[in-house]
Amino acid sequence: MTRPGADPAGAGATGGVPAPAAAPGRDGAIRPGPVYLTVLVIATCGLVYELVAGTLASYLLGDSVTQFSLVIGVYLTSMGLGAWLTRFLERGLAQRFVDAEIAVAFVGGLSAPILYFSFSSPRFFQPVFFSVVVLIGVLVGLEIPLMLRLLRTSVAFKDLVSQVLTFDYLGALVASVLFPLVFVPRLGLVRTSVLFGLLNAAVAFASIHIFRDRIGSPRRLVLKAAAVTVLLLAAFVMADRLTNLAEETQYADEVLLARTTPYQRIVLTRNRAGFQLFLNGHLQFSSVDEYRYHEALVHPAFAVNPGAKRVAVLGGGDGLAVREILRHPGVESVTLVDLDPAMTDLARNHPLFRKLNGESLSSSKVTVVNEDAMVWLPKGTDLFDLVFVDFPDPNSFAVGKLYTARFYSMLKARLDPDGAIAVQSTSPLFARHSFWIVERTIAAAGYVTRPYHAAVPSFGEWGYVLAARKPFDVPARVPPGLRFLSEANLPGLFAFGPDMARLEVPVNRLNTQVLVRTYEREWKKFE
Amino acid sequence: MHRGSVPPSRRDVIAALAGLPALSAFLEACGPRGAKVPRYDGGIVGGSAALGHRLFAGDLHLRPVARTERTGTAILGSGISGLSAAWTLARAGYSGFQIYEAEPEIGGNARSGRNAVSKYPWAAHYVPVPAGENRALEALLEEAGAIAERGNDGRPVWDEAALIREPEERLYFHGQWVEGLYPRLGATREDLSQFAGFERAMRAFSAARDGKGRRAFALPRRLSSPDAEFAALDRLSMAEWLARNGYASRRLLWFVEYGCRDDFGSSLAETSAWAGIHYFAARLEGTSLEDDPAPFLTWPEGNGRLVTVLARSAAGRIRTGALVFDVTPSRSGVVLKLFDPARDEVVQVEAAHAVCALPHFAARYAVAPLRERLRERGREHAAVFDYAPWLVANVTLRERPEPHGFPMAWDNVLYASKSLGYVVATHQAGSDHGPTVLTWYHAFAGEATLPARQKLLSASWEDLAATVVADLSLAHRDIAGKIERVDLYRWGHAMARPSPGTLFNPDRRQAAEPIGRLRFAHADLSGLPLFEEANDAGVRAAESILSEERLPFSRLATP
Ligand SMILES: Cc1cc2nc3c(=O)[nH]c(=O)nc-3n(C[C@H](O)[C@H](O)[C@H](O)COP(=O)(O)OP(=O)(O)OC[C@H]3O[C@@H](n4cnc5c(N)ncnc54)[C@H](O)[C@@H]3O)c2cc1C
Repeated sequence: MTRPGADPAGAGATGGVPAPAAAPGRDGAIRPGPVYLTVLVIATCGLVYELVAGTLASYLLGDSVTQFSLVIGVYLTSMGLGAWLTRFLERGLAQRFVDAEIAVAFVGGLSAPILYFSFSSPRFFQPVFFSVVVLIGVLVGLEIPLMLRLLRTSVAFKDLVSQVLTFDYLGALVASVLFPLVFVPRLGLVRTSVLFGLLNAAVAFASIHIFRDRIGSPRRLVLKAAAVTVLLLAAFVMADRLTNLAEETQYADEVLLARTTPYQRIVLTRNRAGFQLFLNGHLQFSSVDEYRYHEALVHPAFAVNPGAKRVAVLGGGDGLAVREILRHPGVESVTLVDLDPAMTDLARNHPLFRKLNGESLSSSKVTVVNEDAMVWLPKGTDLFDLVFVDFPDPNSFAVGKLYTARFYSMLKARLDPDGAIAVQSTSPLFARHSFWIVERTIAAAGYVTRPYHAAVPSFGEWGYVLAARKPFDVPARVPPGLRFLSEANLPGLFAFGPDMARLEVPVNRLNTQVLVRTYEREWKKFE
Repeated sequence: MHRGSVPPSRRDVIAALAGLPALSAFLEACGPRGAKVPRYDGGIVGGSAALGHRLFAGDLHLRPVARTERTGTAILGSGISGLSAAWTLARAGYSGFQIYEAEPEIGGNARSGRNAVSKYPWAAHYVPVPAGENRALEALLEEAGAIAERGNDGRPVWDEAALIREPEERLYFHGQWVEGLYPRLGATREDLSQFAGFERAMRAFSAARDGKGRRAFALPRRLSSPDAEFAALDRLSMAEWLARNGYASRRLLWFVEYGCRDDFGSSLAETSAWAGIHYFAARLEGTSLEDDPAPFLTWPEGNGRLVTVLARSAAGRIRTGALVFDVTPSRSGVVLKLFDPARDEVVQVEAAHAVCALPHFAARYAVAPLRERLRERGREHAAVFDYAPWLVANVTLRERPEPHGFPMAWDNVLYASKSLGYVVATHQAGSDHGPTVLTWYHAFAGEATLPARQKLLSASWEDLAATVVADLSLAHRDIAGKIERVDLYRWGHAMARPSPGTLFNPDRRQAAEPIGRLRFAHADLSGLPLFEEANDAGVRAAESILSEERLPFSRLATP
């Protein structure tokens, strides 16, 4: 899941320190054992923060090679900067060291929560991200040089360098092994970063104790360290209550973004293969195979009405169906009606979405309307040549109404006599009754229907209904250059094997919402 | 119309409306005074109580007549019964009628309003699909577009847009919203078996027929069997009937009482057992009690939609702001006097026929022979018609309250409250997010009528609005901050209750009997305050006039 970065402890070598004689005495009497343990801990922490940042960046921006090299580069440079800055520190080194520890505990510990937070506003993510990386880098860069200078009166130089660097590298090893194997899977990214912040705070306390003779006023440092500890502990404990983290355990993969809008809960997750969008806990697409889903949704309908100019998409705020629609050069306008402005904003502005939907929502042909399609439909009178109905599955009454005979007849009133619609209709395999209810309902609203299906591994076998106001043939043509559909495999989509064959089902109406109840019953079996 | 945007004071509210015990407790528990009180706008709409009182005052009778007009048929009142009479006449091609209505707006108890967010009802808000044969109602509903098509057997297929959209109802019970109206959550086995037993009993009543094959409980009421076997139920209250039959489950009693409060504005003890059973039995058709006895039809403006449809047939023939205060049947027709407050004059109307579609509490003062009867026989005679006061609020929300359990339904009922809960005006339009209007109902049941009415009519907008908001807050903690307006309608005489012993009382029958060419048509007269009754009464009065005039028409009313 993560790639270990380069060894940050290399920065330790920047501490060029003159050789002091070992001078045990009241003044500099420091037992090296606990100090080396301290070094081990801070080295581990330093690498963990870097790994957290690198992992997050590759989640968010994809392309982990670039993201990791970039993070490593910036982080190491910042550490160098920190090390260089130590030359300006002359007095009160112990105090400065403790201060640096407290600061690392604070910034490093909270780095993951801060980055997650800024992730939900894509415009701020980059600047916040690099500021955090630089800050942590600089602070971590201070640690080893200061430590070396603090110890030089107690330990012979050659021992000092060798021991400190040994523990420094050892810490890096601990971090790079435990991070992907233990911490991320067990605790998740946020708790991991907070936990290491707490370790840094512990180091601060330990150092106050170890260097108590060299610190003028330990009281203030204790207070500061205590404050940061309390804060981190609170973050750790409350982590479960922060929805982000609750979802980290709920979703199999890392949660990249979680946002509650007045309409729904939007969650974006990422795993090795790609990223996934969930609405109210239901998977909407996975970047790995969404092309199969969207090609199948869009292109067959174009075969029914090849001259289509005016197109509408109801639902589908991710812009992925629009991407496929824009492959057809004859299309003059696309009206996207999606309830949630947060969803369409994300699709328009978020780098991950923009990359996936090819910036489809920024096309000058596209108009975005944020309204409930049921409320929007009867407001206008202009007609469409093709309408793609891409709502979430009917898992609530508020969505279920968009699968009723009433809805389809309202839609018919906005459809050109030669027009066609394609409706995503849940799985004919897992929710066979539900699928055929959708088909029967569309037919009951006065359409000629042709149900079809496609395999989308993330979802399973998926179903659609193609429908038009006039009889039409099974589509035979698709545009060139698709990844999934071809003229050879198209007819097969319209054939249903015995395990998905048509069932005797009722029509879904507003006053029964039989689909919502059926759907719930059918999917329960798979939960 | 009264306007205001004053933060309501909680203690005043408690003092003003001590009739809502759950509310008072809630308000008192509401913590320190001086806490931030949300501000919203609103006012009291309609209900010209002052004009109505001139009916009883008698001074109008002394004023000279400014003008005399003539018409074929005068229809008094533009509620569903008056409008149904006009609609029936118009269908037969008879246009020589005129409607006189005291209020500035038509519709009576089926009035509605609208604002930028939605249309909404001011009182009556649904009609069950006709259970048996009811050609008049079917024809009207067809005109209203509620029939999508006819099945092979000619039976109507009801339009999805008019049938209540699922989810239809939910109940706020023990801190959460649950589906349906009967609280199953935590019900004991005894509760459930009593509920099942009650359902079986109602089903048996629904199927019951008398020796002549008439249904025991039919709609309109006049089609029900008058046999003593069933009439005897009128001598009991619903509370007594339940007790005698061993029903003691608190949940069941709540469920049955909710029905009585909702349809009749009366408690179990105030409801005739015949009426209480009728509520369930007349509409039970194959389905279970918990779903709906019969599916309901509704529109954003409630029965206001049907008012609009009916009124089309009377376009240009409705005179609003005309208080009818004197009606005298004569040998050749009916003479009536009305007061026009806008011009401050009294107009006399000479009509060949008249349909008195006024509520009985008004008719008994306006119609000369009824005034006479009242004077002779005194108040006791009038007690057959006991009117429940109601308070209705239309609460405009900027956004929906936070969801909490089962999602918002059309009808939303609070178990622990004396109110009837609220219906959502935007529900039928398919809107599930954003601004909406909640129509909140409270019937003053289980308390003395007169003091309750006085309390209602003397309370200020501030107090009443605060009560409404406090009641809604029982189930929606966050609602106060989302309210834009609270508009109120105070129905001093909302509906005549079917009190025990009054349904088969001869005085009730007498009140409906025509006097010469003056016919009576109002839901009150049947004892069941329902759309079906008002419609049937209006249609029959009009058909009787058409017959008398020997005009050709195809009869709608079931004989
Ligand atoms: C709060 C509430 C909720 C209800 N909900 C439902 C429901 O959901 N479903 C249902 O079926 N029923 C409901 N009802 C019952 C409703 O009363 C009937 O359905 C029906 O609307 C009654 O119509 P009506 O014509 O008989 O009487 P009304 O509506 O009372 O009509 C009488 C008319 O006469 C006018 N009038 C009175 N005095 C005079 C005068 N002196 N001169 C001239 N005009 C006068 C009045 O202003 C009014 O317009 C509800 C009633 C109330 C109060």
